[in-house]
Amino acid sequence: MTAALQTIALGKHFGALHVTRQVNLSLAAGARHALIGPNGAGKTTLINLITGALSPDEGQVLLGGRDVTALPQARRVKQGLARTYQINQLFSDLSVLENVAISIAERVGAAGNFWRRASANSHVIDEAVELLARLKLDAYALTPVRELPYGRQRLVEIAITLGQKPTVLLLDEPAAGVPSAESHIILDAIAALPEQIAVLIIEHDMDIVFRFAKFITVLASGGIIAQGTPEQIAGDAHVRAVYLGQGGDV
Amino acid sequence: MTELLDNGGGSAAARRFMAGREAWHWAEALPWVVAVAAFFVFPDYLALGTQILIAIIFALSLDLILGYAGIITLGHAAYFGAGAYGTGMLSAHLGWGEPISAMLFGGFVGGVLGFVSGWVLLRYHGLTLLMLTLATAIMLKEGANAAEEWTGGFDGLVGISIWPLLGSFEYDLWGKTYYCFALVVLLLCFLAARRIVHSAFGRSLVGIKGNVGRMHGVGTPVHGRLVAVYTLSAAMAGLAGGLFAESNAYVTLDVLSFARSGTVLIMLVLGGTGRLYGAFVGAAVYMILEDELAKLSPEFWEFGIGLLLVIVVLFFRRGLLGSLDDLRARSMGGGA
Repeated sequence: MTAALQTIALGKHFGALHVTRQVNLSLAAGARHALIGPNGAGKTTLINLITGALSPDEGQVLLGGRDVTALPQARRVKQGLARTYQINQLFSDLSVLENVAISIAERVGAAGNFWRRASANSHVIDEAVELLARLKLDAYALTPVRELPYGRQRLVEIAITLGQKPTVLLLDEPAAGVPSAESHIILDAIAALPEQIAVLIIEHDMDIVFRFAKFITVLASGGIIAQGTPEQIAGDAHVRAVYLGQGGDV
Repeated sequence: MTELLDNGGGSAAARRFMAGREAWHWAEALPWVVAVAAFFVFPDYLALGTQILIAIIFALSLDLILGYAGIITLGHAAYFGAGAYGTGMLSAHLGWGEPISAMLFGGFVGGVLGFVSGWVLLRYHGLTLLMLTLATAIMLKEGANAAEEWTGGFDGLVGISIWPLLGSFEYDLWGKTYYCFALVVLLLCFLAARRIVHSAFGRSLVGIKGNVGRMHGVGTPVHGRLVAVYTLSAAMAGLAGGLFAESNAYVTLDVLSFARSGTVLIMLVLGGTGRLYGAFVGAAVYMILEDELAKLSPEFWEFGIGLLLVIVVLFFRRGLLGSLDDLRARSMGGGA
């Protein structure tokens, strides 16, 4: 079976700094894959290479078996690759509903039409409402995003990407900055993601990683130092030394 | 506000909310009432009134790109001027003076130029874009200066002869005909602009202005979207230019000047960007003030305009209309 997402010997330099080296990743449809590593390991750079925000110096990115290395970001999105951002990238003056509607309108091709009223795109609005209900955001649908508690804003991040109906979803620290009292909201949303989506999650919170991931890749200094099931990673002495630290009891 | 409960009700509330975003407000009748009233109250000022209406159309076209898509330009006169010369040359060289089609031709010329230049310009942003728009207008002006045979060069394009509007309304010295014509054109342009900004396309522009990175992230063809709105805006500026050429029966290089690009920007900032009606208020205030101050002191009127602009950008950041909104919001907040 072709992988939903695959990187082949991906590499990137920033000047003399080798931020990504020989990264080979493969996610099947429905994968629940975590990418972990200490600060500065190159996790966000890797995400940017996969999405096309950066172009690699070496290697390839394949989506569903097709080479997308040369495609700009927006075109990769059209091919099913969506991401959330570590720092919220929302339209904060607009309502939650409109944030999601912008994304859906883009996917269904309604956003190119400058003559049709946005309110007349009832299929877009209905889909947005349904998506918000699924993420338990419906009570906030008409509220401007900036008035939402932070945890719910993180959920809007996820909602916007789900509006793209992705086949591959990259979650860049979805729980970053969320107070622990609210973090269950994010966990529930991640647990409820459609099964067939291949999900790659970057996360520092080991609770989330070990609850969510079926497979873990550990990145350090831009390269992969270990890959395996959560049990294998938790038992890996090298990983413990580099990343989890001596006190890391996972 | 947050009564999105069961599924059916949720969709209905959401649709009502979206429809509410584009619902007409009673205050939107005001500028049109004023414009019609002015026709009867100030019959001696209709020539100035016509020029104000043309300036509003021009400022409205700028609002589409600046206020909604966040494209900053110092060269919008390029499209106004292209429209003016397009309409003028159609009459002066080809003898076609039917006002409506000649004006539409001006819009077409502006739009084509907008599409071609926008395709290149909009690959850049920030200061680079600003300088490139400026350079585009300067080059166009110098081009018009050099093509003397066609444009009349420095002496201006003469020999424009416009036929009666709809075959029966002659050009008159008091400017009645052109005031009405310009008002109708403004209304149509406004309705089109309003429609555009409330479409899903318009929402995506707001998204690009607000967070272009995220728009790439939801698959928006950002460049294409910007070129589209730039073309629409340039076509509208071309219409304004065409009207200008017809109402004056004379076109000079001044239509392409940096001063005109700057003035339309000042008008829009004065009135408030990203709200359509900012163009109305800004252009009207600017031109009436210019007229009054010029009577008061023919040499120093620009000083008054400059002072007003300083006051507006320092104390009323969101323009006259934006500040009015803030004031209303505050008084309502205080009353609650």
